[in-house]
Amino acid sequence: MSFLDLKNVTKIYPNGTKAVHETSLSVDEGEFMVFVGPSGCGKSTLLRMVAGLEDITEGDINLDGKLMNEVDPSERDVAMVFQNYALYPHMNVYNNLAYGLKNRGIDKETIEQKVNDAAKLLQISDYLQRKPSMLSGGQRQRVAMGRAIVRNPKIFLFDEPLSNLDAKLRIQMRLEIKKLQQKVGVTSIFVTHDQVEAMTLADRLAVINNGIIEQLGTPIEIYDNPKSLFVAGFIGSPQMNFLDGNLKNKTLSAEGFEIKDIDSDFEGEVTLGIRPEHLSQSENALISLKVELVEQLGSDNLVYGQLKNKKDFCYRCPGNQTIEKGSNLSLNIENNKYYIFDKSTGKRVN
Amino acid sequence: MKIKPLQIIAHIILILGVLLMVVPIWISFASSSHDSVTILTEGMKFHIGDQLARNYNEVLNEKGGWSEEVTAAKMFINSFIMALGIATLKVVISAMSAYALVYYRFKLAVPIFWLIFITLLVPLEVRIFPSYKIVSDLGLTNSYTGLILPLVASATATFFFRQFYKTIPDELLESAKLDGANAWSFFIDFLVPLSKTMIAAMFIFMFVYGYSQYLWPLIMTTAEEYWTVVMGMKIIYTESYEGVALPRTAERFAYIILSMIPPVLVVVFLQKWFIKGLIQTEK
Repeated sequence: MSFLDLKNVTKIYPNGTKAVHETSLSVDEGEFMVFVGPSGCGKSTLLRMVAGLEDITEGDINLDGKLMNEVDPSERDVAMVFQNYALYPHMNVYNNLAYGLKNRGIDKETIEQKVNDAAKLLQISDYLQRKPSMLSGGQRQRVAMGRAIVRNPKIFLFDEPLSNLDAKLRIQMRLEIKKLQQKVGVTSIFVTHDQVEAMTLADRLAVINNGIIEQLGTPIEIYDNPKSLFVAGFIGSPQMNFLDGNLKNKTLSAEGFEIKDIDSDFEGEVTLGIRPEHLSQSENALISLKVELVEQLGSDNLVYGQLKNKKDFCYRCPGNQTIEKGSNLSLNIENNKYYIFDKSTGKRVN
Repeated sequence: MKIKPLQIIAHIILILGVLLMVVPIWISFASSSHDSVTILTEGMKFHIGDQLARNYNEVLNEKGGWSEEVTAAKMFINSFIMALGIATLKVVISAMSAYALVYYRFKLAVPIFWLIFITLLVPLEVRIFPSYKIVSDLGLTNSYTGLILPLVASATATFFFRQFYKTIPDELLESAKLDGANAWSFFIDFLVPLSKTMIAAMFIFMFVYGYSQYLWPLIMTTAEEYWTVVMGMKIIYTESYEGVALPRTAERFAYIILSMIPPVLVVVFLQKWFIKGLIQTEK
């Protein structure tokens, strides 16, 4: 049995809403697991069930070999970082960190030692006497993490902790969280709706939609090999291009072009997915794109335009290429990197 | 800087407001420093006279009442004990009942809250006979307990605490839970310090409420040693009709001024907390 084990966990709210459907998942010790999905997909509910803040309707949660279903949150030895940090506004930073330890009846010197160690690790030693209201967003974030670290819990739970920060700070804190997790080595679950955060932080990623884990794997596995239309659309930025098509006799006929010798026996209506970065320009290629807008990011250009059938399409090319607005590009799919999904079920078929 | 006409008008209104509040108090104070004959013959005074010490000393220490035993000083102490007891218990009970109503998700929480709220419609004056019956059956007439106990439940304060607790984000409770706080420590370590300013405000209101109670102590106390200031005021007023002596107007003014001091002290003392709470915006 692994460190954290969810078995057929289901959550039904009293009003009948099913937030989580029979979800099973294992997290190994020291692993950084990320739950990613759109808002309202049940990822936070799942995390809160691990924390003990939500009752489990059905199924079992085991942590370190112990069944947690009926265990009070205070007894679970888990620490959580909340989206709005939930710092104790009337206590200074020192007491914010020390409060959990005090409740566990640890003696004063040990508490001081632990708080100072955690403060040093997070570089908040200078603010220990301040109230949370006197701290900046990044500093509050650190205090929230300090409060988790100081208790040396079995598992860290992060509930979208970066979404209140500005873009630059978010990237910086993302790096710090990752470094910190590697340094401390604590098993962590991180909930986010931001796929970039998810990709960069995760050892393993669970893409959740409508209360179901759509796919579980390393970030690269999920990027390279999405198993469903939802995962393909959710992971990757800019989003994957989707085109309607028909698959018959291993030949895909999309609007305007055909792809032959497809490795699939599926027949019928399909959706073809092509990532903007898996395209390249060449003469007489499959796809013809009329350029409408170019976003120059420096390292890359994002080219937005329409296909012949007026379908929106995006192509990503190196930043040193100059692309004129209004020009026509002829694009090929690199190394057969395309994804075909059953249009009715959204399942991958190639 | 140019002063706009609107500002001048605003200031005039404010100054008038201040005068309206302060002038009567000043007249009472100034009048309390003359002798009664002067006031009766010349009317109320705006300047300080020479009888200040004598009048106040007389009011505080003169033995009055039927048995000529109770002094104003004793009545002040009684009123203070009563108001303090009422205010303290009201705050404690209201805060705790609001805590139960907000954080314990039992089914009857809302009906119970409205039940408490409805008691606003039934003030002590309306239920004074049943209240008296209960207190006297318990043998609590002529005691501080009897003065305080029937007045300690407060729908108003419960309502205010409830509204305040509802604004506290759930994450705070959840975070505290994960930090190992139980129901009691969440109340003591979080809600009480967070509602400091609320507590101070409620305490002030309830203290003044308790201090100005008239009917209840009047009915409750037959022994003079439990008389309160507000009762005493009435007694001093009626005194003048009894004999041939002149009405003791100057002493009355002194008594009024003295009777204002305890509530003013409470406000002044708690205002520090009040302002402190207002400056440190918590979130």
